[in-house]
Amino acid sequence: MVHKMAFDLTKDKRIRIIIGHYGSGKTEFAVNYALELRKIYENVSICDLDIVNPYFRTREKAELLEKRGVKVISGAKGHQANLDIPMVSPSILAPLQNPLEQVVLDVGGDAVGARVLARFKNYFTEGEYDMLCVINANREQTQDAIGAISHIRAIEETVGVKVTGLINNTHLIRETMLEDVLKGQKLVHEVSEITGIPIRYVSSIKKLTDLLPLNIKGAPFPIHMYMREDWM
Amino acid sequence: MGKVLMKGNEAIGAAAIKAGCRFFFGYPITPQNELPEYMSRELPKNEGVFLQAESEVSAINMVYGAAASGARVMTSSSSPGIALKQEGITYIAAAELPCVIVNIVRGGPGLGGIQPAQSDYYQATRGGGNGDYKLLVYAPANLQELVDLTQDAFDAADYYRTPVMIVGDGMIGQMMEPIEFKEHISRFALSEKDWATTGTKGQREPNIINTLFLDPAKLEELNFRLQDKYKLIKSNEARYEAFNMENAQIVLVAYGTTSRIVKNVITDLKDQGINVGLIRPITLWPFPEKAFDNIPSTCKALMSVEMSFGQMIDDVKIASNGRLPVHFYGRSGGMIPSPDDIIEKVKEVIGGAK
Repeated sequence: MVHKMAFDLTKDKRIRIIIGHYGSGKTEFAVNYALELRKIYENVSICDLDIVNPYFRTREKAELLEKRGVKVISGAKGHQANLDIPMVSPSILAPLQNPLEQVVLDVGGDAVGARVLARFKNYFTEGEYDMLCVINANREQTQDAIGAISHIRAIEETVGVKVTGLINNTHLIRETMLEDVLKGQKLVHEVSEITGIPIRYVSSIKKLTDLLPLNIKGAPFPIHMYMREDWM
Repeated sequence: MGKVLMKGNEAIGAAAIKAGCRFFFGYPITPQNELPEYMSRELPKNEGVFLQAESEVSAINMVYGAAASGARVMTSSSSPGIALKQEGITYIAAAELPCVIVNIVRGGPGLGGIQPAQSDYYQATRGGGNGDYKLLVYAPANLQELVDLTQDAFDAADYYRTPVMIVGDGMIGQMMEPIEFKEHISRFALSEKDWATTGTKGQREPNIINTLFLDPAKLEELNFRLQDKYKLIKSNEARYEAFNMENAQIVLVAYGTTSRIVKNVITDLKDQGINVGLIRPITLWPFPEKAFDNIPSTCKALMSVEMSFGQMIDDVKIASNGRLPVHFYGRSGGMIPSPDDIIEKVKEVIGGAK
């Protein structure tokens, strides 16, 4: 009998780097992931490394995250949420160096946004980190395997380390249907086959993860939409 | 073709290329940078030209030149960058040339900030440049409308031979939504651009594009022609959405992102037994004055809701012609009004209106 894989965040390495194309849903995934992680571990930090996007960044949800016990590290912390300070906080080194701390790095989009990671490359030794690539098959440049793989390769080249897992996060925001998720699943399968990178999670709103087929590759990871206000 | 998820700024670029735009001249400024970035990547693939000029002033004058030669051309910027373009915009209006100008508005005045605002309403509707000219100004509230209006903008610009402006607050530029590129059918019968400076090949008299008139009678003649054109645009192009107007106790007037927030307010207040209507201008100029002729008798007040400090109030007052008191709620500088703040203000107004 085939059982649907329940997600098990303890299998991921201590340092989790979330990368992907602009608009793939990296930050939404990272915020949800950090909140789930906090249910297992006492010490969880989420680091806002997005210095390329002017809007929709982790730090906008700092209050919510901290209320739930997740430490937020951001260059803009202590300022109004929308203030634009494109800098990386030096405090990011603390969780990276502390083996007792679980870390989620939320990185800006594309290879451009990932460039900031290269500076921390010496912390990303094999077996010590996971670099998870969030893929949305409804995004313009990652609708096919060639597009998705060229994004992965460009980011790997920029950072200097390899992607270790794929996340199918295919969505159309509030219009997302099961077919969208399954279309994305076909894409990540193809990407996985060509690159050998395993499918780690299939993330979507709970209503849809409940409907996923039992034998789906990657663990269904239900998410809540924290980053979008009700009127968006 | 199915739906794709795009960022507002990218969606404008994609829609423009689909509409036949092959020339883009611009200069970077947040929060609209994804648009020139998109154009720099996609125009060369479509036999087009992307050029980053040395300033906004030179970019708009490149638009002037490309438009004069009959090309479909676009530029984009954000608030202070659009301020810099004003000289070129009034020249283009005076020369009766078609082009599309995008303003993804950020907080002002001055260099301001990079967060969303609507404080360029006067700049867009009253003309930031000199002289008696007008722009046709579109203000989309969602990305599908943004895409559709971008395609319309090129047609309208060609048809009326006038610059058309698309105004989106920063949120419209930065947010993502599913969009569909539908087959575009022009609302206008467009003719050949026989006025364009395409080279005489020795076959005709040269076409001259000029905005300097030393003879005042000739300049007034141009102004008469422009006024006739604006009258035509005013009667044909005003667009709006009226929402939940039936039995409305108060009607809010809001465009762009603010109108989305107001729609949430309307739903919330309905649950509390308060009926609120919305007039959403889709064109800021011409302002949709007709919408105000159909306000139900239950309505006791109007309220302009903006991410600026009352710039739309005058238009609401002109359109409603003194029939109802006009109130105001707004935030500025990049702050976004929350549904709760608007609800509180609505309650204050209708409480006082009893």
